[in-house]
Amino acid sequence: MNSKILSIVGALSLTAFSAAQACEISARVSVVGNEFPAIQTVGAGAAACTGAEVSTNLTADHQKINVPGMQGNPAEYTSAIVANSSIVALMNEDVIRPLDDLVAKHGGDLKSSQLIKVNGKIMAVAFMANAQHLMYRKDVLADLGISVPKTYEEMLAAAEKIRSSGKMDNPVGGAYKAGWNLAQEFNNMFLGYGGSHFEAGSANPSVNSEAGVNALNMMKALSEYMNPDFLTHDSNVTNAEYRAGNIALLNMWGSRASSQTTAEGVTDAVKNGHAIAGPMTVGGGSTAASTLWWDGWTVAKNISDAEAEATFIAMMNGISPSMMSDENIRTQAVWLIDGYKPTDAAIGVFEAAKMGTTPYPMLPYMGLMHTALGAELPDFMQGKESAEQALADVEAAYVAAAKEKGYLN
Amino acid sequence: MKHSTFIWFFSPTALAMLLFIAFPIVSVLVQSVHAPHKAVLVEVETCTPLVGCTKETSIDQEATRELREKKPIGRFIGLEIFTDRGHLAISEVKEIWSGSENFNEFFKKIGNLPFYRAMAFTLTFTFVVTPLVVIVGFLVALNVNALHERIKGVVVFFSLLPFVITPLIGALVLFWMIDSRGILGSAIQWIFADPNLSLKASTGLMWISLIVYGVWHAAPFAFVIFYAGLQTLPADQLEAAQIDGATRTQQVRYVVLPHLMPLVSFVALIQLMDNFRVFEPIVGFNADAHAQSLSWFIFNDLGGETRQFSSASATSVLTIIGVTILLLPVLRRTWRDFMEKST
Repeated sequence: MNSKILSIVGALSLTAFSAAQACEISARVSVVGNEFPAIQTVGAGAAACTGAEVSTNLTADHQKINVPGMQGNPAEYTSAIVANSSIVALMNEDVIRPLDDLVAKHGGDLKSSQLIKVNGKIMAVAFMANAQHLMYRKDVLADLGISVPKTYEEMLAAAEKIRSSGKMDNPVGGAYKAGWNLAQEFNNMFLGYGGSHFEAGSANPSVNSEAGVNALNMMKALSEYMNPDFLTHDSNVTNAEYRAGNIALLNMWGSRASSQTTAEGVTDAVKNGHAIAGPMTVGGGSTAASTLWWDGWTVAKNISDAEAEATFIAMMNGISPSMMSDENIRTQAVWLIDGYKPTDAAIGVFEAAKMGTTPYPMLPYMGLMHTALGAELPDFMQGKESAEQALADVEAAYVAAAKEKGYLN
Repeated sequence: MKHSTFIWFFSPTALAMLLFIAFPIVSVLVQSVHAPHKAVLVEVETCTPLVGCTKETSIDQEATRELREKKPIGRFIGLEIFTDRGHLAISEVKEIWSGSENFNEFFKKIGNLPFYRAMAFTLTFTFVVTPLVVIVGFLVALNVNALHERIKGVVVFFSLLPFVITPLIGALVLFWMIDSRGILGSAIQWIFADPNLSLKASTGLMWISLIVYGVWHAAPFAFVIFYAGLQTLPADQLEAAQIDGATRTQQVRYVVLPHLMPLVSFVALIQLMDNFRVFEPIVGFNADAHAQSLSWFIFNDLGGETRQFSSASATSVLTIIGVTILLLPVLRRTWRDFMEKST
């Protein structure tokens, strides 16, 4: 009940502050993007502009529709909210425009660190940072005298202690769903072991390496402490398990940190025991086994200059520094917006940045590698084949796809 | 009918078939033998928050645009996509063939290639589900037909429900029921006294779940066709059989079944086509770690951050060829019947 009232108050204060903004636009604005609380806030801020129609389509399937929706002329979407992975597809297809002139004209509030520059041109405006990091139950760890794991090896040891204490059968959680999620967990672990996805300066794959094998073996070891259905668990299901009190340790997205205790149906034990920490390292390495992300917005290329200007103004309103005085909005993400003071939910992502976590690679062929990993690794996770065979399959699948797309001969 | 009259009657259908069947097929054929132009890559400086500026590889837009404008369809690559590892994997199969000592090893290694792994599941699914759907549908139709008139309507309605539910929704409902925390999943764990038993973690059990779903979903379709067929069964034939002293089984075997035979071919035909394109249950059950199909590959090619249109088109062409091969025996029979009738 309380949380409901809070969210109503939050919604009211949001509309109140939005109405206070003077945001006048004179052409159509249409936004496509992912859906999580921070992006919904940005979308609502953009939609508060008056003078012309602003529509938003925020969906988890945004990457399936943003390219087709921007390829037409005029484009259906005038702006796409993207991250370091998904902007690559938009740049590959040449559907977004450089923003230098619009930033000069309307970008007064922006910090230079918010500008995503490719080859000297501003291609996107970032508004938040994200990374996967540790979330854990401090009550469970304290009861058993376990210190907060700093490495994946310590996480395994902690998991064994929790299991043998009888508190939880499967204390570890992870978004290991076959496909994109599993591939992302591999990327984290692989980078943590010092791996690099491609040979330097080329599109040739190099995942079938010692780092790759080590990464897979560590993932396999972790999966022994997970719910047996782990290959069907994405972030949402993993978080549901956490909120229900079934798991005590998980590597999870920072953008989900604030909602872990506020979502419906969270038990009191989880509410009081929830804690977060930075990403872990693995195999004695010093690089965090995680990737650093930014989320930002772009402006479509195939629209009139008037629409582009209106879109820019509306999106600027969506990331206005005045939002940072709203406590609810502040906890939703690690904002890159001027005036943001970090909240407790932001510790993990800041720790990730401090540790020098590798950013997710912005390479034209990384998407193909990600897809190949997602399709070929489940065989290994089910014990059907060796790590070497699985990684050889990944490389073969990637090479076939990269040849088709013209990245390899 | 006069030829000219026939042509006037048929022309709207022909036009629709041309637009909605022939053109798309031509389109996927053309796309499957073309691929995007070679990417022109450049090293550029990329600046991002919290990290600063680094040198990254990117696509040279101007050079690429020039290539695209010159030849929008892409580069012609012949059957390259069809033979690559993601599809027929010709060179990989040859290598495995020469490197394997016996058939067992050969099939095990072939199963590691996506296309053949998908075919193994698709064909198993098709050839188990199709006959089961026909049998279950037939039995349900016989039983419902024997019911009292007053409850028939209600029973028909409920029997049709699985077919009325959107396939994806039906699959999701079952998916959550067989979850290790779902009602069926925990029941199975309790029955076998194994808390780690999971339908979703075992390939064999997942295949069985998918097959059970396939039969559950499609049996009502067979049922309603057979039930309609039963209404056209002449009562005097059955009466004659009864007077001759035929048992209930004999009546079904010698009177009812022959009467429904054309419908059995029809249901089998539709089911072979549908099951070969199995897709929704794989998505709904999150089963792609255990079971894949050609349709699922197409979905995956088009759903990633980088879309692979050529690969998806090649898989579509292979699907068309696969369906044609499956339907060949049935089509041949229909053609023969037709020729016999016309002579």
